[in-house]
Amino acid sequence: MGGTINTKSDTLTWHRKHLLGLEELSAGEISLILDQAAKFKKQANEGETKNNSLKGTVVANLFFEPSTRTKTSFNIAAKRLSADTVDFTAASSSLSKGETFIDTAKNIEAMGVDHVVVRHSTPGAPHLLAKHLKANILNAGDGTHEHPTQALLDIFTIRENLGSLEGITVTLVGDILHSRVARSNIWGLTKLGANVIVCGPSTLIPPQIEKLGVKVSHNFDEILAESDCINLLRIQFERQRNAFFPSIREYAHLFGMNGERIRKAKKDVLVLAPGPINRGVEITPDVADGPNSVILDQVTNGVMIRMACLYLLNQQRKKNPQ
Amino acid sequence: MSTILIRGGRIIDPGQNLDQVGNLFIQDGEVAGLIDGDISTDQVIDATDKIVCPGLIDLFVSLREPGFDEDETIATGTNAAIAGGFTSVVCTPETSPVIQDRAAAEFVQLQAERAGHCNVFPLGAVTKNLEGKELAEIGQLVEGGAVGFTDVKNPITNAEIMRRALEYTSMFNRPILSHPQVPELIAKGVMHEGFYSTMLGLQGMPSASEDIMVGRDIALAELTGGQIHFISITSRNSVKMIAEAKARGIKVTAAVTPHHLALTDESLLSFDSNLKVNPPLRTPEHIEALVQGLKEGTIDAICSDHQPCAIEKKSRELTLVPYGISGLETMLAICIKELIEPGHLSWSELIAKWTNRPAGILGINKGSLKTGQDADITIINPEKEWTVDPSQFRSMGKNTPFGGWKLKGKAETVLVAGKIQFQAE
Repeated sequence: MGGTINTKSDTLTWHRKHLLGLEELSAGEISLILDQAAKFKKQANEGETKNNSLKGTVVANLFFEPSTRTKTSFNIAAKRLSADTVDFTAASSSLSKGETFIDTAKNIEAMGVDHVVVRHSTPGAPHLLAKHLKANILNAGDGTHEHPTQALLDIFTIRENLGSLEGITVTLVGDILHSRVARSNIWGLTKLGANVIVCGPSTLIPPQIEKLGVKVSHNFDEILAESDCINLLRIQFERQRNAFFPSIREYAHLFGMNGERIRKAKKDVLVLAPGPINRGVEITPDVADGPNSVILDQVTNGVMIRMACLYLLNQQRKKNPQ
Repeated sequence: MSTILIRGGRIIDPGQNLDQVGNLFIQDGEVAGLIDGDISTDQVIDATDKIVCPGLIDLFVSLREPGFDEDETIATGTNAAIAGGFTSVVCTPETSPVIQDRAAAEFVQLQAERAGHCNVFPLGAVTKNLEGKELAEIGQLVEGGAVGFTDVKNPITNAEIMRRALEYTSMFNRPILSHPQVPELIAKGVMHEGFYSTMLGLQGMPSASEDIMVGRDIALAELTGGQIHFISITSRNSVKMIAEAKARGIKVTAAVTPHHLALTDESLLSFDSNLKVNPPLRTPEHIEALVQGLKEGTIDAICSDHQPCAIEKKSRELTLVPYGISGLETMLAICIKELIEPGHLSWSELIAKWTNRPAGILGINKGSLKTGQDADITIINPEKEWTVDPSQFRSMGKNTPFGGWKLKGKAETVLVAGKIQFQAE
């Protein structure tokens, strides 16, 4: 696998109108976003937290599903690029009056919106908007399909710590079935040359996932020693139709990250979690707040990644005005 | 006395093992036989290079009236049917009110007569309000013209109810048309469960859901001696079980739809809501088994499973859109593409799936060109090339995944009881 992956971004330019998922991106395009985010992070560390690149544009956050972290992160990212922002949540919307999702989005766009950040419980909802709107669409999570910016910030955080993704082993633990974060991570990580293990109860691993180029495990302890990074996915209680495992206690016992497992893992293993975390379920507090954890770095990096995405889409928009 | 001569066509009537070029004589709305040479008639239809066959019968069509005329009416649905080559459609009872009494069954036929396009045979509900709890008034429905019974896409989950329904309908020699699915296994399902549902994060509908119910219904048909027909099967194991049941003499029949032959779960990569159907589009392996089942006669018929749907209902999030394809106007050409062109079926074998076989399942006196039969006749131009344009559909339902497909073969002339009801431009 090594050597064939083009992660060089300096010769590439961004040409996409939307960011719908990592499935459609090349390794080079992913690197382009990561490199842009790195530039923003460097500037921020030098005290230059704000620039004017999106001045005069409007970013609308359309959240049809609850979110704290992602929405705030996109908001801050947009403001740091000097865009005007508008927030929309399903509860306060005309959706409760029976208006369709597309009509709602079209109406908001008609008020003069350039970038639409959308979160929705249905896979493909951002793709549907991309068909109906002229604005750039950024997928902030569509059901159990993709969550590209979350995966990008996870990958960014890993790259920042380990230098490169090539040849390293990243283990995604937990509810893979209901996880858009897992799917986007799998696309991004495998494109950049990492080995991916998905580990969870057999009820929460979807069928034929090996075809995406990942290894499947149901025994967390067995794969600890080979993992360079462990990304602990949240148990999505809200998406579970039925009991997929007997009890939270049993889940934590089999798949929770705790101090004992940290001792069995590689010494400098990187522990990530996309959050919000259920402390004591996926991860115990000593690990979440311990030296291997980069959970809060992920959150910081999330702003940089979202700035980079908005920035690149806006550059492309300026080149091809509507 | 009115007379018509359909001249020079390739006359195919599978029920009579007939496949020959000839002239078909029609008198007073009835088939009057094959004629050698010319005869003076009121009207002559030149069918040179065309196929002349019994009018097509669609075993499962949702006409939406009464109650859902934003989707379709009996007039628009039957108008679409003749354009698709059908002379008879069998319509489903999930209307509002549900077709569960004699008056409702008679209303549907009255509306069909008023529209005057083609024959409509209603199906009655098996259970009241399609709830699967109490039997509907099946005897009354039979008297009102119901040719079979179905709870449409609501599987009758209670095996006791299904058992009694099979026993009860057998008294009237009418089949139960079953949608074999275990509701719990397909709840909120959008597509076939497999690699692509994993990749897209869409709720899957495993083929095992169908296998379980096909197995159960076969067992109940064997127990009761009742007649079961599977509306649209899609799984490899279903084909196997039905073949085995038929070999044991159980009264079981099955149909498939053209879209389950033409499309796979991979097509959902487009997120096109027109691809959301129940049962779902499956994989090439399943399609191969369906084709084999058609060849071997395990699968008796092909139906469109026409589910017209107002555009505003389909242009929504995938989880919210209803299932279904508007299928009447593309069925014929999709079957040609999937079954004739690759050489899977002969014309006679394919026409049997549209005519005498569905007529046999329902026990209706249609689907034949025997002398004395109603002159319900479809003349097909097998070479006609056309592009599917949903905006040109006569059906109000424009919900098709086949928009833009270039197809070959179309109904040219359609006669119902000797009257030309459709003539291609």
